[in-house]
Amino acid sequence: MTETPNLNYIKEIAGGNEEFEQKFLSIILVEFPKEKMEYANFLADKDYLEAAKVVHKIKHKLGILSLTNAYKLAVRYEEELKYGNTQLQTAFDAVLGTVEEFIKDIHQ
Amino acid sequence: MKSIIVDDENTARAIVKELCNSSGHIEVVGQFPNAVEALKYLNQNEVDLIFLDIHMPMLTGFDFIATLKNPPFIVLTTSDTNFAVEAYQYPFIVDYLVKPVTMERFQTTLMKLKHAGKAILVGNGETTLESEPPKESFGDDHLYINIDRRLIKLKYEDILFIEAKGDYFEIKTLDGQYRVHSTLKKIKEKLPESVFLQIHRSYIINFSKIIDIQDNSVLIERSVIPISRSNRPRLMRRLNLL
Repeated sequence: MTETPNLNYIKEIAGGNEEFEQKFLSIILVEFPKEKMEYANFLADKDYLEAAKVVHKIKHKLGILSLTNAYKLAVRYEEELKYGNTQLQTAFDAVLGTVEEFIKDIHQ
Repeated sequence: MKSIIVDDENTARAIVKELCNSSGHIEVVGQFPNAVEALKYLNQNEVDLIFLDIHMPMLTGFDFIATLKNPPFIVLTTSDTNFAVEAYQYPFIVDYLVKPVTMERFQTTLMKLKHAGKAILVGNGETTLESEPPKESFGDDHLYINIDRRLIKLKYEDILFIEAKGDYFEIKTLDGQYRVHSTLKKIKEKLPESVFLQIHRSYIINFSKIIDIQDNSVLIERSVIPISRSNRPRLMRRLNLL
């Protein structure tokens, strides 16, 4: 079953604190596109170790957006990238696409 | 309780900070994206608690811990569960939080911090009873013990008994036990005679906690405590015996 991102976790932590919720969302909105681009650039340069570091950052955002399976995938992918293994790239890129769509929706 | 957050992830820092703010007990006085910046801060400032990520650039969380001369309480925040066993080898590591940290799980961390004195017992944390504490440290119904720079309040009514063990003693309470590096004689001087009674050279008991007395021992909670021959008459005189 495909997971869909949501803001349940952020809302739980915020506990009605809208200022925190907005601040937190703005962090994700700013950082995610930047990290996605960095990740793509490092992969294109075959700099897998640096790509793994970016996946490490992205994976936290997946957990925060309640993407439990995607988070687990990112944990594995980060480790495999450190050894230059890109087998999980397609699956991970699909997750990035899902998050990107979700972020666009929030923007609108 | 003053704390800092050391985590390379902006979002992770924001979440822990919000959880601390909501707790009402933990003040976040600094946030650092790496251990080096945190060390610079700690060279100039003291904190009671560090929320520490394990996987960070430059220095890892464990490398960072190794550089601390007098570590405060530490709560590890990580996405990696593989270091849990290693983490608990350090007496000052109070908890191990796996990201993303939930509100419910953070409540457990607060409880663990509250009882951090017990956690320290597992390791080599330096614990002391103030030999000359300020007068306000002792009240009518409680005393404070100093455990790793934290003064922990113990109500007399919560103390079951105190057992001498070499160069330290243990205070057993309903919730657990606290190891204090001092002598039984010193704490005896601080305790009210109306509540406590020494029944053996190694034991002081809370008189009201006795469940029964059989032969040469008393039962308190689930502990059988010996009564020495010399102290037995004093104990018997205190009993409201039919």
